[in-house]
Amino acid sequence: MISVQGVSKQFGDYVALDDVSLEIRDGSLTALLGPSGSGKSTLLRIIGGLETPDSGRIVIHGDDATNVPPQKREIGFVFQHYAAFKHMTVRDNVAFGLTIRRQPKEKVAERVDELLKIVGLAGYQKRYPSQLSGGQRQRMALARALAVEPRVLLLDEPFGALDAKVRTELREWLRRLHDEVHVTTLLVTHDQEEAMSIADDIAVMDNARIEQVGHPRELYDNPSNPFVMGFLGEVSQLAGRLVRPHDIAIAAESVAGAHEAMVSRVIHLGFEVRVELMLTSGEAVSAQITRTEADELEIGSGDIVWLRAAGNSTLEAI
Amino acid sequence: MVISRATRLSLRTLALGYLFVLVMVPLGLILFRTFENGLGAFWDQVTTPASISAIQMSLLIVAIVVPLNVVFGLVTAIALARGRFPGRGLLQAVVDLPFAVSPVVVGVSLILLWGVRGWFGGLAEAGIQIIFSLPGMVLATIFVTLPFVVREVEPVLHEIGDDQEEAAATLGAKRWQTFWRITLPSIRWGLAYGVVLTVARALGEFGAVLVVSGNVPGESQTLTLLVHARYIDDHNVFGAYAASTVLMFLALVALFLMTILNRKREDA
Amino acid sequence: MSTVVQARPEGGARRRGRRSRSYGGGVGPLGIGVATLWLSIIVLLPLAAVLAKSLEGGPAGLWDAINAPSARAALILTVAISAVVALINVVVGTLIAWVLVRDEFPGKGFVNALIDLPFALPTIVASIVLLSLYGPNSPIDLDLYATKPAVAIALLFVTLPFVVRSVQPVLMEVDREAEQAAASLGAGNLTIFRRIVLPALVPALLGGAGLAFARAIGEFGSVVLIGGGIPRETEVASQYIAKQIEIDRPESAAAVSVALLVIAFLVLFVLRLAAARTQRHERG
Repeated sequence: MISVQGVSKQFGDYVALDDVSLEIRDGSLTALLGPSGSGKSTLLRIIGGLETPDSGRIVIHGDDATNVPPQKREIGFVFQHYAAFKHMTVRDNVAFGLTIRRQPKEKVAERVDELLKIVGLAGYQKRYPSQLSGGQRQRMALARALAVEPRVLLLDEPFGALDAKVRTELREWLRRLHDEVHVTTLLVTHDQEEAMSIADDIAVMDNARIEQVGHPRELYDNPSNPFVMGFLGEVSQLAGRLVRPHDIAIAAESVAGAHEAMVSRVIHLGFEVRVELMLTSGEAVSAQITRTEADELEIGSGDIVWLRAAGNSTLEAI
Repeated sequence: MVISRATRLSLRTLALGYLFVLVMVPLGLILFRTFENGLGAFWDQVTTPASISAIQMSLLIVAIVVPLNVVFGLVTAIALARGRFPGRGLLQAVVDLPFAVSPVVVGVSLILLWGVRGWFGGLAEAGIQIIFSLPGMVLATIFVTLPFVVREVEPVLHEIGDDQEEAAATLGAKRWQTFWRITLPSIRWGLAYGVVLTVARALGEFGAVLVVSGNVPGESQTLTLLVHARYIDDHNVFGAYAASTVLMFLALVALFLMTILNRKREDA
Repeated sequence: MSTVVQARPEGGARRRGRRSRSYGGGVGPLGIGVATLWLSIIVLLPLAAVLAKSLEGGPAGLWDAINAPSARAALILTVAISAVVALINVVVGTLIAWVLVRDEFPGKGFVNALIDLPFALPTIVASIVLLSLYGPNSPIDLDLYATKPAVAIALLFVTLPFVVRSVQPVLMEVDREAEQAAASLGAGNLTIFRRIVLPALVPALLGGAGLAFARAIGEFGSVVLIGGGIPRETEVASQYIAKQIEIDRPESAAAVSVALLVIAFLVLFVLRLAAARTQRHERG
C-alpha cells in the first residue's frame, strides 16, 4: 500500500499540493484525475521521489519513503514524453536498470526478451527509439520500468502525447497488462474517459487538493461536489439542482414536482437525442434521451413539456 | 524574387570576387611561397630546434587547457542549464565575457593580477612564476577559450531536457552513473565541437599569449609566437611562412572536424 | 446546458519551471560553487585588476590616460575603422549570404566552408597571409603596408564570418510566398528586397555587424604585422596597450583597456536591447 500523509508542496508562491492525503491499495490500478495545474503530476513525482514534499510523509509498503531517493524506492516511472534513452537501442533501454544493478548478462538478456514479448516489441531489440512510433516508444518505456520489478508503477500522462486512436488501444492494453502483472499502479491523467475506462479507483484532484476518491461508478453516481460531478461527465442545471442530462425525464403532461419548459431545439445524435429546453424562468436546460423516447414523445421545437430529475445523483448548485 | 540571369551572375561574381581577393589569393600565395623551394626547404624550417620546441609548447598548452576546459566547462554548463539559483544570469554573462575582451587586454589583466606587482604578486615573490612563463600562457589561453565548451554544451542540455536523467534515477542509476551513461553520451557531439573550437583557438591564440609570455625561443615560444618572431626579429620571412602553413593546415583540420561534427549533431 | 466547471488557467508550465531539486543531472550547490570560483579566478579577477589599476589615479587619472594624444588617436582610429569594417560587412556579408542561399553553382559547398576559415585560422597567420599579397613583396605591386586600408583589410578578413553566418539562416527562412505575393502586386525586385526581405534581415544584420564591430575593436594579431603600428597613423588600441605594457606603463595600458571594454559592452548591450525589441515587435 502507498500512503500519502498530509503532503504539501509549494513552488515559490505557487501552491501545488495543499495537505494531500491518499491511500492506494496494493495491486490496484488507481488514476489521479484532474485538470492541468491541479497538482496531480507533482503528487506523482513526490511519490516517485523526483520531488521532495515541503511537509507530510510518503509511506510505501509500511516504510517511510519520504527522504528515500528515487534510486532506492523500487519504483517504475513512465513519463509523458517517453524519456527514451535516445543513444541506446531498445534492448539497452530495457536492460538499463538491470545493467546498473550489475546483473549477469544471460539473466539480463532473458528478462529483456521476456519483457519485449509482453509489450509486443519482440524483434525490435536492435532498433533505436528514433525508429519507433510514439506508441512503441511508450511500450518500450513501460518495459524498461517493469524490468527492475518495481513495487509500484507510476505513469505520468503516459498516453498524453499520442493520437486518439493509439491512446485508446494502449490504455486497453495497459489494463490487460495490469491484470497479468498485478503491480500497484498509479496513473496520472486529465482525461476522465481514460480514468473511467481502466482504473479500479479514481482520485479526483483540483486546486492542489484531492476532492474525492472512489470507484469510477461511485464517483459518477455520487459525486461529493459540483467539481467532481462536472469533471466526470456532463451536467445540467435544473431549478437550482445539478443533474446529469440523461437523468432528466421529459413528460408531455404535467406531473407533481415537474418544471414546465419549452423545447427550443431537438438534436439527433444517432441513438441519443439531445433536447435543449427553456424553463419558464428563462433558464436553459439540456436533457438527453434515447431515440425511442423521443419518438414516443413526438417532440419538436416550440412544444411545451414537463421536466423532472429522475436519477438520485443530484447536487445542490452553488 | 525572380532574378534575371545577368543580375544573378553579377551578384555571384561580386561575392566570389570579394572572397577570392580577401581569402583565396592570399592563402594560395602563402602556400606557393612555402613550397616554391620544394618540400625539403619547408621541412628544414619546420624541424629547427626552435620550431620543434614551439610545436611542443603549443601542444603542451593544448594538453593542459583542454581537460581543464572540459571539466570546468561541463560543470558550468550543467549548473547553468539545470540549476535555478540567484546570480545565474550574472554567471551567464560572465561566460560570454571573453568574447568581448581583446586578447591584449586579457594579457594585461593577467599581468595586473598575477604579475610581480599584481594582486597575487606574492606568488611570484615566493618563487612561483606565473607571468612570463608557462602558467601565464595557460591562464591566457583558458581565458580566451573558456566560453566554447560551455556554449556548445548548454543548449544541448536544454534541448534534451532532464526527462532521461530522471528516468535513469528512477531505474536506480546513481548520479555518476546517470552522468556517464545518459548525460555524457547525449551531449557528446556538442562537447566534441566545443573541444575542436577550444583546440583551434588554443593553437592559434596570439595576442593574449604574447603579452604574458617571455617569448624566449626554445623556452616559452608557441607556434604563433614563432611566426611573429621569425618575421619581426629574425627577418626570416620564409621560416614565418613555413610555420604559418603548419598552423593553416591545423586550422583546416579543425574546419573539417567542425563540418563533420555539425552533420553528426544534426543527425542525432 | 449550463456550465458548472470553469476551465482553469494553465498551471502545469509554471510547475515545471520551478523544480526545486533535480535527481537527474544537476551539479548541486557544490557544482555551482565550483563554476563560480572557476569563472572568478579565470575571468572576473583579472578584469577587476585591470579596472582597479585604471582607477589608481582616480577618475581624472583614468580620463587623462585615455585622453593622452596617442591613446586618443588609437581609440578613435580603432572605432572609426571598425565602424567602416562593420558597414562593409553588412553590405558584402548580405551579398555573400544571398549568393550562398539563393544561387546555385558548382563548388558552393567549398565556398560555404571557406567562410568559416577566418574563425579557425590563427590571427597572426591572417596577418602574414595578407601581408604576402598586400605588403612590400606584393606580386601585384600593391604595397599597403602600414596604411589604414591595410588595417581595414586585416579586420575585414577576421570579421568575414559574422554577418554572413547570422544572415544566412534568416535568409533561408524568409517567406518566399510573401515575396511572390509582393511580385504579384506589381513590386519590382528592388522594392521586394527593400520592403520584404531587408526588414526580415535587420535583426540578423544588426547582430552580425555588432559582433564584427566588437571583434574588430579588440583585434590585435591580424593587424600587428600588416598595420605597422605607426602611432597616430595606423596604431590601433590593442597595439597601443601592448606597447604601454612593454614600456612599463601599466596604468596607461589599463586605462585604454577599460575604454575598449566599455565600448565593447556598450555595443553588445545595445544589440541585446535591439534584439529584444524586434523580437517583441514580431511576436506582438
